[in-house]
Amino acid sequence: MWYNRRKSIIADYIMVLIIILLCSICLLPFIHLASKSISDNSFVLAKKVYFLPKGFNLEAYIVIFKDGQLTHSMLYSVLVTAVFTVLGSITTVMAAWPLSRRRLKGRIVFTFIIMFTMYFGAGLIPTYLLYNKLKMLNTMWVLILPLIFAPYNFLIMKTYFQSMIPDSLEESAYIDGASNTTILIRIVLPLSKPILATIALFLAVGRWNAYEDSKFFITKKSLHMIQYLLSMMVLSASEAEKISISEASLVTTTPEVIHAAAIMFVSIPVLCAYPFVQKYFVKGIMIGAIKG
Amino acid sequence: MKRDWDLYLLLIVPLFLTILFKYGAYPGLRIAFMNYLPAKGYAGSEWVGFETFQKVFKDRDFHVALRNSLLFNFAEVIVSFPMPIILALILNELKVPRFKKVSQTILYLPHFLSWAIIGSITYTLFRTETGLVNNMLVNFGLAENRIPFLTENLNWAITYLLVGVWAGMGWGSIVYLAAISSINVELYEAAMIDGAGRWKRMWYITLPGIKPTIITLLIMTLGRLMGSNYERLHAMGNVNVKGVQYQLAIYIYEKGLASGGFSRAAAVGLFQSIVGLLLVLASDKFAKALGEEGMI
Repeated sequence: MWYNRRKSIIADYIMVLIIILLCSICLLPFIHLASKSISDNSFVLAKKVYFLPKGFNLEAYIVIFKDGQLTHSMLYSVLVTAVFTVLGSITTVMAAWPLSRRRLKGRIVFTFIIMFTMYFGAGLIPTYLLYNKLKMLNTMWVLILPLIFAPYNFLIMKTYFQSMIPDSLEESAYIDGASNTTILIRIVLPLSKPILATIALFLAVGRWNAYEDSKFFITKKSLHMIQYLLSMMVLSASEAEKISISEASLVTTTPEVIHAAAIMFVSIPVLCAYPFVQKYFVKGIMIGAIKG
Repeated sequence: MKRDWDLYLLLIVPLFLTILFKYGAYPGLRIAFMNYLPAKGYAGSEWVGFETFQKVFKDRDFHVALRNSLLFNFAEVIVSFPMPIILALILNELKVPRFKKVSQTILYLPHFLSWAIIGSITYTLFRTETGLVNNMLVNFGLAENRIPFLTENLNWAITYLLVGVWAGMGWGSIVYLAAISSINVELYEAAMIDGAGRWKRMWYITLPGIKPTIITLLIMTLGRLMGSNYERLHAMGNVNVKGVQYQLAIYIYEKGLASGGFSRAAAVGLFQSIVGLLLVLASDKFAKALGEEGMI
């Protein structure tokens, strides 16, 4: 028994160790990047920078701000994401609330029409041709309108409404003389703040992170989302690895340091926000897992 | 009906968006049966029936793309699928609530990062000449030669899969942790009185308790075997590993948008969508036949 107890404590320590290791793997890349982005070029070129900055040099960040492309794109991406989130939340409610009411005639058909698109997409080429016909290519709206209403978000919100707003509650408000609009605005929405926050954050993070549509549908650089800009910066360099290094010795700031600074610049909003928003995400996937 | 006219009014906007942008794209699928030339448009291009499909199925590039997609998706099931389960089991054993909470928050981090950021980080860490991992291996004398993590096919495939594990593990554990927390505590108490140790309890109570969740998620994963994530492949790709990075999403982009083979790319897209839909339907049936909750 005593032996078993000791064995169990050792197992506890091993598990704590594994978790610490896994957490380090999540954090260390950022510690490395942050260190690299403010380190002296010579140390970076000598490949001596690990998890602590060596020397001090803000040149890379100054270059990013002076160059202006990333800062412009950051503001633009914030704008797109904000518009996307507001419009997306509104349209999701507009579909989820009516279709969560069991008495509504045709709700099965409407729900099917919406959900079918989640399982069968037309694919890239027909979509591209459609946007072309709608004259949406190379506009900000191609990043917003087609994606604001997502079947998955609709399903989560509908499930929430179905389980949290019972028909009886609605019915008694109706008998008291409240119209459907009043019920939605005065009763349903105030009761649904958690799910509204969840869906808004799903929309915001999804829009913020996605970048393939920037590549597919937009050729104007000023209309690209910042994620795509970052991938172009770092990836185009990765293919010509050797060239960028030999060039590096000629200029004051090495591409490597600039890349590190650019990655940090793009990541910082997410790194700062996610600890506070993740609980809403957890809630969302729990509802999504139960499904309606 | 009369009472709910305003509810129908609300529905107009989302239904309009769905019909315009999703259903509106379906007619474009007909170019898979045409020899579509962008200059001539739909009206001017000629119908060719299944000819495009016949060409595609004989296309070597398509074979490579299909094979790579399936291989990677299978590998993903084997490598990535079990990790969240194991992680959830370990997290569940942690005794200090604060430690558990903080580590969960940290482990969720990769889920909030875009593939652009994840890809950029991967390159920073794993480049042959300047990557952190190679620098450390060489500087600390752990390896004589630098390892081409990202420029050699097999190495790239392994790195690609492991980065996927890193990105999805923490987040994936949430569902399992929830399933674990809904297991009746009395079962554990009874087992402890009977002298069952930690591993016995894990094996005979926890795992059977979350078995339905595991099966449902496994079947859902199998339903996505035809899937192909353009952003992930693009963010981690480079010219040296075309042989393994070339998957369906890349095929469709490169043959279609990048080089104007619209009909061919649309045919592959349609093939992918139909097989994908069939897989989802089949796995849903399968799940229900096993007595689990389906997903549709």
